[in-house]
Amino acid sequence: MSTTDHTSDEKDERAVTVAHDDVVLEVRDLSVTFPSEDGPLHAVRDVSYVVRRGEALGIVGESGSGKSVTSMAIMGLLPPNAKVSGSASVLGEEIVGLTDAQISKVRGNRIAMIFQDPLTSLNPVYTVGYQIAEAVLAHRKVTKQAAMDRALELLEIVGIPSPQQRLKQYPHELSGGMRQRVVIAIAMANEPDVIIADEPTTALDVTVQAQVLEALDRARQETGAALVLITHDLGVVAGQVERVGVMYGGRMVEMGPVEEVFYRPRMPYALGLLGSLPRMDEDRSDRLTPIMGTPPALLAMPKGCAFSPRCPMAKEICHQEEPLLLATDEHGGRVPVPVGDTTAHTAACHFSDELGESAPDDLFRTSGPQETEGDEPPAAAPKERGGGEAIVSVTNLVKNFPIHSKGLLRRRIGEVQAVSGISLDLRERETLALVGESGCGKSTTARLILQLIKQSSGEVHYMGKPLHTLSARQMRPLRRDLQLVFQDPFASLDPRMTVADIIAEPMRIHGQRGTDARKRVKDLLSLVGLNAEHSSRYPHEFSGGQRQRIGVARALALNPKVLILDEPVSALDVSIQAGVINLLEDLQEELGLSYLFVSHDLSVVRHIADRVAVMYLGKIVETGTTEQMFRSPAHPYTQALISAIPFPDPVKERTRERIIVTGDVPSPSDPPSGCRFRTRCPKFAGQLSEAERVRCVEEPPELMDRGTGHPDACHYSQVVELI
Amino acid sequence: MSENKAPIAHPRTDAESVGGAERTQLQMITRRFLRHRPAMISLVLLAVITLVAFLGPYVWTWDHLVHREIPPSVPPHADHPFGTTTAGHDVLGQLMRGTQQTLKVAFTVSVLGTVIGSLWGATAGYYGGRVDALMMRVVDVFMIVPLLVMVAAIAGSVRGGTTWYAVALIIAMFSWAQIARVVRGVVLSLREQEFVEAARAAGASPGWIIVRHLLPNAAGPIIVAATLLVAVAILLEAGMSFLNFGIQLPDISLGQMIGEARTAASTRPWLFYPPGVLLVIICLTINFIGDGLRDALDPRQTMGRR
Repeated sequence: MSTTDHTSDEKDERAVTVAHDDVVLEVRDLSVTFPSEDGPLHAVRDVSYVVRRGEALGIVGESGSGKSVTSMAIMGLLPPNAKVSGSASVLGEEIVGLTDAQISKVRGNRIAMIFQDPLTSLNPVYTVGYQIAEAVLAHRKVTKQAAMDRALELLEIVGIPSPQQRLKQYPHELSGGMRQRVVIAIAMANEPDVIIADEPTTALDVTVQAQVLEALDRARQETGAALVLITHDLGVVAGQVERVGVMYGGRMVEMGPVEEVFYRPRMPYALGLLGSLPRMDEDRSDRLTPIMGTPPALLAMPKGCAFSPRCPMAKEICHQEEPLLLATDEHGGRVPVPVGDTTAHTAACHFSDELGESAPDDLFRTSGPQETEGDEPPAAAPKERGGGEAIVSVTNLVKNFPIHSKGLLRRRIGEVQAVSGISLDLRERETLALVGESGCGKSTTARLILQLIKQSSGEVHYMGKPLHTLSARQMRPLRRDLQLVFQDPFASLDPRMTVADIIAEPMRIHGQRGTDARKRVKDLLSLVGLNAEHSSRYPHEFSGGQRQRIGVARALALNPKVLILDEPVSALDVSIQAGVINLLEDLQEELGLSYLFVSHDLSVVRHIADRVAVMYLGKIVETGTTEQMFRSPAHPYTQALISAIPFPDPVKERTRERIIVTGDVPSPSDPPSGCRFRTRCPKFAGQLSEAERVRCVEEPPELMDRGTGHPDACHYSQVVELI
Repeated sequence: MSENKAPIAHPRTDAESVGGAERTQLQMITRRFLRHRPAMISLVLLAVITLVAFLGPYVWTWDHLVHREIPPSVPPHADHPFGTTTAGHDVLGQLMRGTQQTLKVAFTVSVLGTVIGSLWGATAGYYGGRVDALMMRVVDVFMIVPLLVMVAAIAGSVRGGTTWYAVALIIAMFSWAQIARVVRGVVLSLREQEFVEAARAAGASPGWIIVRHLLPNAAGPIIVAATLLVAVAILLEAGMSFLNFGIQLPDISLGQMIGEARTAASTRPWLFYPPGVLLVIICLTINFIGDGLRDALDPRQTMGRR
């Protein structure tokens, strides 16, 4: 936390550069414009902020808000056609407008960057050690040996086990979390003054995210560097930074100490973002409050405040005049503060003082065309579903993917056990969530149930009928009842078809054509909250959230009984995600659907699911009602998952109890003997005696009730309350 | 350009209604193609060439055969605007007939080769595994055989092997393999896309998926390959004619004309340049039209970037 050492007269000298010694990065009126055939595209407009030595500043925003472009501009990494104006200085030295050769001296030395995808930011043909040493040698005159020694030291700091061996390995031999730690090691190689981390954990699983954030923390302590953390995840920001800036439509719309922004937002957008998050730490029966509409197109910014078309508070002036980023004084007036004042809480809203203590749903619940169905609260009936008959039941399902040798013979040299014997029941009108990290086999299970891939062994029954014995042709009529919604709203819609054709396709396949089908398309579009007149458009003309609605409409075209939702909201921005979740809940209510909800996001799952099954390496490790799972998780893996989810609440996030797992998910082609989780299990590592461990190594635990009220697969399960 | 940009530049919200009349897919494609200037110019040019080649002979005095009335080796003048040959052909008459034959061969080859190649490649790519391996080995066989030699061997030994359709069939038989390879490559990546899985989940049969999803999405590379194939066919036909295995005298093709005039390029340029230039123009226009088509068929191309 930075200290306040400003005198009042300093506040008036807004134009003067804040010449404190401890300012390491100062950005002033930075704007970035890309020329395009349709006119200039203002990606970033007049962004100003300062970062003090050792301070952590978070920048949050949805995709297209300009948060990444800002940092790329600071690093001088934008393509040459981008027009950058304004200034950014590191330790008082201007870096905007430097030539490539000049800025190279600053990059990596004074200021370092960590990118989202650790796979592409490392060069696959060099060893990890070489790449770290290279970063050292670029800025220091040391011998190769000294650089290698430094590389070893850095790997130790970021917590990579057996660093001596890792030095000689290539990036592909490391897991995603390891690679990102290597990237962090490279970033801190020259003890920079500022590290800019652009979505450093977005590509990683939650348990690995926790490890990487820890490594980042250690890197900062070691080097004393300031951190600019760019992310869309409010939870990560809440736990990691002292100050936070919120970006929207290319502008900074709110900035202040993290507690201020989270607890007393002064801009409706920030409030709306917080309200649209499903939260682990709040009552799950609450309906989410999405922000209506979609983020603005950068080519056609609305006049006035960029948020005004979506803002429930917007008045005439909001559509006319763009508000400045100002603080509110004790009388409710809006006053400017110097850029260097790091304690000020500023917001770009004409009515930030009127926002007061209002809660997100007061503001956003009332209106919104998307939410027409929400006008009547859906009977507020607490979910009393889940008592029905099992509509889909899966018994001992196994799927092994063969690994073939390269070359002509393609001999079978092994197999990946994607799903190793799972059983579950999906009941009528209930939502069963299948939760796990990437590679645990949850998507494979979804496809096995739909018979899109054939199981190696095991049974799938739908309403008593066996699906696993059917041929592809026999399965076809049954596909009407079992439909799938995909994760990626971009890849799951054929770009060459109009929306009408996409939604009508399932009907055409099943021999339903003509005016009936056309009318049904219109009905479906309005059912999912889209304008039926847009049916002749192509998918790329829609935003991510709208596309996902199209995917849902297509899945509903044949009046299915079961929807399998494969990460349906993971690719969406927070403010959009809430709308889709609400839509799914309404549709279930209205159409009596059963959902199998595959997800890695526990906060969403907690909000939407009736029952939860947690998967790890192809096996279900714990299952129960949502209430049981979150209130009294018994398996160490479930506990670790829950405690790895960051809360969007700065105080709770920093003070909560955590169960941290180490390492990465082992390869499913060679899973550990006995309990598959034992290699990462904190209980196995810390609490069990030697004799107890033997049982974990030798005997695979059964999924059964061990006195906790719900089944788990741990020999030594024990309830821990985490929320 | 501008009228189509308006709806894109609009901030879209769900409730907002944009644009009055519904646009059908065909209208959209036509509109985008009409806006592609090089393609439009090429289309007009090719249409003119085709019209003259097919209708011209009904109007013009001389056909492509030798006539006693024609004076040999006359440079272009009023009676014979492109001159005459040593044997006594009217070059304009020859040009029209030659263009006709060349176009017929080229388009037949392109259509046949593209259809066979696309279906073959898409099927191999979609099924993958053993089916793919087997089908692609067949393709390999067709690829490694020296094309011209095979074409010449078959055309020379089959009765009627020198009529234009026989020539076209033979060239098509040995040129679809290239397209099959291209299409298979594209389909291999397309079939992993979620929209293909979505169609499978809806109960679509493999045939449906190949025709409705894979081929339309591979349209870009297919069209490029098809237009290249037109050029290849024209040149192959010329080569065959040159080796006396293609279209034979007294019938004529552009390639054959060039072959006949190869020694006369400097002494009697009117024999060499008109068919040569015409050949180049035809190939160029077809390439431009291919470009335009590819862009028009891709809904993302002209509809604003995101």
